[in-house]
Amino acid sequence: MAKLTFKTDNCKGCGLCVEACPKHILRLAQEKINKKGHHPAELADESACIGCATCALMCPDCIIKVER
Amino acid sequence: MVVFDRPHAMLDVPLHYCPGCTHGIIHRLVAEAIDELGIEGKTIGIAPVGCSVMAYDYFACDMIEAAHGRAPAVATGVKRADPENHIVFTYQGDGDLASIGMAETVHAAARNENITVIFINNAIYGMTGGQMAPTSLPGQVTQTSPYGRDPKLCGYPIKVFEMLSELEGPEYLERVTVNNAKNVRAAKKAIKKAFQNQIDGKGFSLIEVLSSCPTNWGMTPSAALKWIDEKMIPYYPLGVYKDRSAEKEAAK
Repeated sequence: MAKLTFKTDNCKGCGLCVEACPKHILRLAQEKINKKGHHPAELADESACIGCATCALMCPDCIIKVER
Repeated sequence: MVVFDRPHAMLDVPLHYCPGCTHGIIHRLVAEAIDELGIEGKTIGIAPVGCSVMAYDYFACDMIEAAHGRAPAVATGVKRADPENHIVFTYQGDGDLASIGMAETVHAAARNENITVIFINNAIYGMTGGQMAPTSLPGQVTQTSPYGRDPKLCGYPIKVFEMLSELEGPEYLERVTVNNAKNVRAAKKAIKKAFQNQIDGKGFSLIEVLSSCPTNWGMTPSAALKWIDEKMIPYYPLGVYKDRSAEKEAAK
C-alpha cells in the first residue's frame, strides 16, 4: 500500500498537488491551518492512493515523501 | 520502499518563494541531477539576482552569489580556475540572463564555456514586483505595461534561444517547461543532460525553463500553469534548439 508523508508546516497551500493527482484524492484541509497560515494539503482517501508520486513531482516545496 | 523523497543536494529548509511558484520544482530537478550524477561534492552553483537570489540557501553544494546578470562570467572564472575538479552551474531568471546579463550570456555561449546554465523564463520581473521584462509577451499586462505590452512602444520580446542557436559556440540548447508532470519529467532529463555534457567536457549547455509567476501574473497557481500552455508555449516553442554532438553524429 502506498504511503504519503506531508511536511505540513512547509506547505503553502498552492494546490498544485491536488490538481495533479490522477485519482483526485488530495485536498486542501479547510479545517486546518499550518504554521505559515495556509490550509495544508492532505490525503483524503489513503486506501485509494496508488503511490504514483505525481503530487510529489508537482510540489514546488518538496514536502511530499512517497513510499510504496 | 521510498518512491520519492527530497533529493540530498536540496537542503531541508522552507523555500521563500510564493505559493505555487515553480522555482521550487526547478530547484529540485537541479538537485536531483546533482544527486544522480554523484557530483554534489565538486559542484559550485552561481546564484543570480532576482527571485532566486537566495538559491544559495537551498542547495547543499557550494554556492557563490554573482552581481546582477554576471553569473556566466563568474562561472567562467570558477570553471577555468580548476576545470578538472569542478562542475559549475548558474541558475538565472529572465531579468538576470536576458536583460542586464545578456552580454555575459551571449559571450559565454560564443566561447562555448564548459558550464551549465539553467535559465528560468517567467516573462516578468518577479522580485521587484512584476515589471515588464525583456521576455514579457506582446499584450501582457504588467506593472509597467498596464494596458498590455505594446511592441510599438516597448519593442518585441527577446527569444534567447532563437538568437543563441545561430551562434557556432553553444553545445546544447533546450527549452522545457514544468507546467505538468509529463513536462517536469522531460525538464529533468534536459537538466541532467546539461550537467552530463559538462562532465563530458562538451561545452556550454543552456536549459530554458518556462516557469510561472502566479503572484505577478495575478492568477491562481493552477491558472498560471494553464497560461504557460496557452500563451507562453506558442510564443516560446519547446524543444531542442541546438545539440552539436547530435549534429556531428548525424553528419558522420
